[in-house]
Formats: sequence, structure tokens, C-alpha cells
Amino acid sequence: MPDKRIGLTEAISSIESGMTIGIGGWGSRRKPMAAVRELLRSDVTDLTVVAFGGPDVGLLVAAGKVRKLIYGFVSLDSIALDPLFTAARERGELEISEYDEGMFVTGLRAAASRLSFLPTLAGLGSDVMAANPHLKTIASPYSDDEYVAVPATPLDVALIHVNRSDSGGNAQFLGPDPYFDDLFAMAATRTFVTTERIVETEDLLDEGSFHTLMLSRMYVTGVIETPNGAHFTTCEPDYGRDEAFQKHYAASAKDPESWRAFVHEFLSGDEAGYHEAVARFHAVQEKK
Amino acid sequence: MTADATIAEICIAACSDTYRESGELMAHAVGTIPTIGARLAKLTHNPDLVLSDGEAFMMSEPPPLGKSAAGGGIIEGWAPFRRVFDIVATGRRQSMMGASQIDRYGNQNISLIGDWNKPKRQLIGVRGAPGNTANHRVDYWVSRHSARLFVESVDMVSGVGNDRARAAGPSMRFHHLGVIVTNLAVLGYDDDGRVTVLSIHPGVDPQEVVDNTGFALDVEGAPLTRVPTAEELRLIREVLDPRGGRTREVQN
Repeated sequence: MPDKRIGLTEAISSIESGMTIGIGGWGSRRKPMAAVRELLRSDVTDLTVVAFGGPDVGLLVAAGKVRKLIYGFVSLDSIALDPLFTAARERGELEISEYDEGMFVTGLRAAASRLSFLPTLAGLGSDVMAANPHLKTIASPYSDDEYVAVPATPLDVALIHVNRSDSGGNAQFLGPDPYFDDLFAMAATRTFVTTERIVETEDLLDEGSFHTLMLSRMYVTGVIETPNGAHFTTCEPDYGRDEAFQKHYAASAKDPESWRAFVHEFLSGDEAGYHEAVARFHAVQEKK
Repeated sequence: MTADATIAEICIAACSDTYRESGELMAHAVGTIPTIGARLAKLTHNPDLVLSDGEAFMMSEPPPLGKSAAGGGIIEGWAPFRRVFDIVATGRRQSMMGASQIDRYGNQNISLIGDWNKPKRQLIGVRGAPGNTANHRVDYWVSRHSARLFVESVDMVSGVGNDRARAAGPSMRFHHLGVIVTNLAVLGYDDDGRVTVLSIHPGVDPQEVVDNTGFALDVEGAPLTRVPTAEELRLIREVLDPRGGRTREVQN
């Protein structure tokens, strides 16, 4: 089995401006935040980002990394809206494709199957069609039906975060929901997996049944050990969402001055510096 | 004694009634009152209803209100988000969604206010509303019935209304808008697909419904919404919502 361990900086530096990047997770759940923070540190720009969006989308949009966003929704879950995303939308500066959640998955499935489109009922009659003028319908050759032909969403790179992986990239989801991370990987040319912990292959079944081995190394380019790498989103069962910090993020994001302070405090150093700053944040919170 | 039922409790019973004809399918409820309504249906007239914890599990006994399966209950199945979309496509599901705007044909908007290219307010996005309305019955829950919500035309059609469904042709044959439960009334749709009044809650002045709806609505002769039975009130107050979460959506 190949050894695919790679440094976070090395992995992210292989991403070029203009690429289409799929980001796994869902809302504010098991997002590859360490990889997103590394993208923020890079000089990459002009990205097309494909995601069930959460703070990953907010941060990348606010940092000016995103030319186009393809999404099913953008939410922080316990906080309905991401202020950085909504502000960018309300300034009218973001090119977007807003899809129904199921349509969004259909586009990934088409790409993973190397099809140019897949048909679905979702979207018919709705303004998703008007808002996305590139969308076409297709007549069934077998009935009077007409379906939405959801175009494939092929990805240059997928970034996902998992609970465990071996050094070859066999990745394991231990939480209640795998989301669509395996599908992102299958729709992508290259996939980088950040993981809470790299374990020996023979230890992969120590913490979960074989059903949890949903992503094979066949689809994985590089593996990066990033403990707490989904912070501040959930990474069940390893840890839940850091709600206090997410609140601080959302509150800071609402005002340019407090946002500059947030960026200075948390996003101006390396990954170790980020986690130290988060620890300081909690130490101050506890004293209050 | 049922005369002292609150508006919140009347709304819960109306939400429960949306499952009377459903049989064995998955209840999807957004909001506290619809969630209690689905649970009430399961404990009374529709024991076959499949409940979820709002996250990844189907629950034969639901977790405490507002909690996921990690907080308790009995898991009977696994339905991570990818399975939910599969279930939507089979039609074995019924949704009660919220709304930021609804028009006279039941077109619903949760995506944004204003212009698509530069919205005045970006909201949550269309989420699953187009797929839900194309595939199975959808009802709406409106905790504050107002003319800002019930509008002549919505800014973006997220959930498909009756006129749009009809125009879209035979592929929309699974489209089925049920009712709209609000804090003032229960609304339905006439043969032309237009929003009508099915009943007005006891104690609500019919003129209040007219004044708070942004399109014409005939309230003449509308019956009173049914009041929960004594058993339903006991279940709501003692079993399903002893901490009164329902009053956070509808005060009285």
C-alpha cells in the first residue's frame, strides 16, 4: 500500500488559482477547517467552491478566494446564517449557483459516474431554473415526463475531514452521518483527506464496524494528520461543535472592525497558532 | 375540559391532523410546533408514522424535544442525509416546512428577499423545498401570520405552488400542497389551487386574518378550528412538551 502522508502546506500548495474545489462536510459539521485555513494562508484565488456550505464558505468568500460558489445551502446550523456569506451576497459580488439540496447531490453523482448530467424531479417549477439559466430539462424517451438535467459537478480537488485514516488513505467516518464525503472524493480528480488520527490499517475496526469504512484509498491522493482539524465545526464522536467560538466567529463577522480583529487574532498565523489562540479564547471565557 | 386550550396547542392539533391520511411514511417537521404535532399524531391516530431525530436517525420513541438521538429515545433506523434524499425521491415522506413568503397559489420562498443578483436579504437558500414539493406532500407552518409573509408574489419560488406545478406538466404529478397552519387560521387550497380559509382559530377575529394577508381571502362562514381533545392536551402538556417549548413559537 502506498504511503500518502503529506504535509498540510504541501497538499494545499498543489491547488492552483481557478480550480474547482469541493469541500466535504455539511453546514457546520465535520468541515475540513484546517485545510480551509491553509487555503486562507495561500495566495490561491479565483476558486469555484462546491459545498453544502458552512463557515468554510464564509471564510473563503470573505478572504476573496472565491469567484463562483455552487451550493445547496450555507448555514452554521445552530446559527441559521453565515454573516460573511450573506454580506457577500447582499453586496452582489458573488457569482453563484444555488441548487436544491438533492439537485446538488445529483450533480456530484453525475460527476462521480462520469456522466454529463443526471435527471431529477427536484427543481421543476421552482425559480432554481430561472436563477440558473444554464439548467436545461430533458424529455423522457419512455414517457411524457420532462426532468431537470442536472449538469455534472466535476471537481479538480476535494477536501474532506475524517475521524480516522490509515497512511494509504483508507478513511473512516465514526459519526452518525458520513454526509457526502465519499461522493466528493469520487467526483474529484484529486482528494486530500485530513484526519483526526492516522492509525494502522489493522486497527481501523477497533472503533467502528466495517460499515464505517466508506472511502477507499483508490480515491485519495494525500493524507494529513490534523487533530482538531474540523474545529470549530462538529467531528462526532471525537468532539462536538465549539458553540462559544462559533458564536464569537458569527458576531465578529457582522462588523468590519471586529472581523479584522478576529482575523488578526486567529487567522494570521499557522495551524498551531490558531489552536493556541482558540485555547486563549476559552481561557478568557472561563474567567468571565 | 378543553376550553382552556391555547393557540399553540390548537396549532399542534392542526399539525397532527396533517398526518391523518398519510399512513406509514417519514414525517419531516421544521419548527417546534410541527415537531410536537407529528409526535402527537404518532401517539394518537397514526402510530405507524416514522419519526426522525432531525439528524441521522429514525426514532420509534423520539428524543426529548430539541435533542438528537444522542439525547435519548429509541433508534429504529438510520437515515443520514444521503438517505433522506433517496426517501424524498420515493415519495414516502411528508414535510411541514416554514416560509418567509407564501403567495396565493402556495408558492413559498425561504431563499432571499429582493433581487436574485443582489438580494436585500440573503436567507437560508432554497434548501430542499424544490425537491420536497416535486416529490411528496408539503404543508407549511407560519408562527406569525402577516401581510409581509402572505404576499401577492414571492421573491423566489423555493417551494413550488399549485399554478407552477400545473404549468410544469405531468412530471409534477406527485406535487401535493396540504394545508398552511398559522397562529390565526388553517388555510387550504381551492380547486383552482388558490389559498382559501379552512378554519379560523377560536378567539381570532376573522377580520384579523383578512388584514394580515397580502392577497384577498374570503373568511365568510369559516368554521372554527377544532380544539384538542382532553387526551391530546394531556399528551402535549405532560408527555411531549412538559417544559413549554411551544410557547416560544406562539405565546398565547
